[in-house]
Amino acid sequence: MYKTLFDKIWDAHVVSSVENGPTQLYIDRHFCHEVTSPQAFNGLRARGLKVFRPEKTTLTADHNTPTINQDQPVNDPISRNQLDTFARNAVEFNLPLYFPLGHIKNGVVHIIGPENGFTLPGTTIVCGDSHTSTHGAFGAIAFGIGTSEVEMVLATQCVLQSRAKTMRITFNGKLATGVTAKDLALYMISKLTTGGATGYFVEYAGEAIRNLSMEERMTVCNLSIEMGARGGLIAPDQKTFDYVKGREFAPKGEEWDTKLAYWKTLKTDDNATFDKEFVFDAADIQPMITYGTNPGMGMGITDSIPTLDEVDEAGRISFQKSLEYMGFQPGEKLEGKAIDYVFLGSCTNGRIEDFRAFTAFVKGKKKSENVVVWLVPGSWMVEKQIREEGLFDILTEAGFALRQPGCSACLAMNDDKVPAGKYAVSTSNRNFEGRQGPGARTILAGPLVAAAAAISGKITDPRS
Amino acid sequence: MEKFITLTSKVVPLPIENVDTDQIIPARFLKATNKDGFGDNLFADWRYNKDGSPKADFVLNNPSFGGSILVAGKNFGSGSSREHAAWAIDGYGFKVVVSSFFADIFQNNALNNGVLPVVVSAEFLAEVFALVNTDPSVTLTINLLDQTVTNNANGKSETFAINAYKKECLVNGLDDIDYLLSKKSQIEEFEKAK
Repeated sequence: MYKTLFDKIWDAHVVSSVENGPTQLYIDRHFCHEVTSPQAFNGLRARGLKVFRPEKTTLTADHNTPTINQDQPVNDPISRNQLDTFARNAVEFNLPLYFPLGHIKNGVVHIIGPENGFTLPGTTIVCGDSHTSTHGAFGAIAFGIGTSEVEMVLATQCVLQSRAKTMRITFNGKLATGVTAKDLALYMISKLTTGGATGYFVEYAGEAIRNLSMEERMTVCNLSIEMGARGGLIAPDQKTFDYVKGREFAPKGEEWDTKLAYWKTLKTDDNATFDKEFVFDAADIQPMITYGTNPGMGMGITDSIPTLDEVDEAGRISFQKSLEYMGFQPGEKLEGKAIDYVFLGSCTNGRIEDFRAFTAFVKGKKKSENVVVWLVPGSWMVEKQIREEGLFDILTEAGFALRQPGCSACLAMNDDKVPAGKYAVSTSNRNFEGRQGPGARTILAGPLVAAAAAISGKITDPRS
Repeated sequence: MEKFITLTSKVVPLPIENVDTDQIIPARFLKATNKDGFGDNLFADWRYNKDGSPKADFVLNNPSFGGSILVAGKNFGSGSSREHAAWAIDGYGFKVVVSSFFADIFQNNALNNGVLPVVVSAEFLAEVFALVNTDPSVTLTINLLDQTVTNNANGKSETFAINAYKKECLVNGLDDIDYLLSKKSQIEEFEKAK
């Protein structure tokens, strides 16, 4: 029986199968943050349960945290209570891997996982956050769960899941200069739509995927959920092993050798079949932007918004509602349109390579005076690197300031909210209504389009 | 968890596609540390004006519509994994959500909170929207034991899928943690063998 990469990892983690029901799946790594966990800990308390495997849960505060003055008490009393509750739960349940605000290992959960070596090939990874799919870049089965499931993992290190169908998306050829992994992902979502991979686990393959760095692969896998997929994964290769080796929580010595030998077997068998396949040519992709209120509503930066005739009749009401919210017209071109905010950060584009790309573009130029720009590193380690590599000085010279790590304006739980009616070019993952603040209008893009917008104050093709 | 067997109710129609969990419950309401009160903020940005007054044109504020079944356009519950969305729907008083397509994580979260997602055909959905538009007193009957959903206005019925284990849980009001805890020794054996 030929197996896909997904099958191999899944089968190695099945504890039991419920008759006519889901699979009891063992979880190797659980990431936990302050927003989706308090009710799970309450559940443990109500049942008189302990955390079953405390060393398998990594905790970081990221979603509901300020990006300035993190050394001071959090202003909003409700947010402060949630953070205090998180800290109390870590102590009460004896969880050793708790990284509070300000800790060098603190940051966005999907950024600190890989950079500290918690994210490993061949493992199962969950978190109460849909962008857990990020970790699939290492050849892991990683997916988001709800709070009831967080409680299950804390109590038993298992979840009950139905086996997903398998999909392979192949990108042949090479990405053009000035086209990023984010553009590749937005292109793919615009082709599959926001529900096009629901029920599937996606394996990304092909020359263009193999050519991506680990961080770029994380960006692609991160956005799997935006087309409905439970997760996305990429077979581990030498780049993966090189990235993992030497990280603090990665295997060492003899254990490394054993694991490495196993990791090298983690690829889809040549004759294995997928439930669904898509093939794209990477050369067809240009820098992407979104024009609507879900990530599937994307287009090339030089393209025009579809006209009403180009939209399915059933979807027309939603399409019009979406454009009305954005203040755009069917058929409109967006290149050259003035914008108000730029956000660089999030689990999608908050890693060091994103800051390098942004900085390389703005070097020697000046920030537009008409735009508010939030540069939010994904973690304190990224922040440190930005300073050590001299990026900070270049950014300062160009008129930019750096904020402190966290999810920030990606979901605007903190004060980093885009005001109603304002346009934000954002490197985050969701352009839903109100996502970046009530009434905020989000245009998703990659770090280069964000950099070009930060300089020109307009939607600008970074290649021009 | 409450048991669910059968339900007949008026419906609240929301004929919008791709309703994401940020619309069901916006992120700024996720700061609570318990599960209470989310129903008050269900669909907050569609339901209330900035000053907190109800928006007259939103269906939850239209007294003609009511009941404990929400009927929504395809791909309901996409986006964030926040279970708060299920708590908000449950907290508002909905016991069933009917749509032609659900996002995966939302579907699990709903089931884990005793809210039944019922997948119907696009035709069935379109008919419910059309009928309830002219007569808000239209009712649906959901029978979980038979796995049927019936539009009582035109008598049309469809069967819906649910995995047998989840059905058993809902019918008996049991949750997954009870089940997993009963498997502790098997989990320990699995760890040893790894």
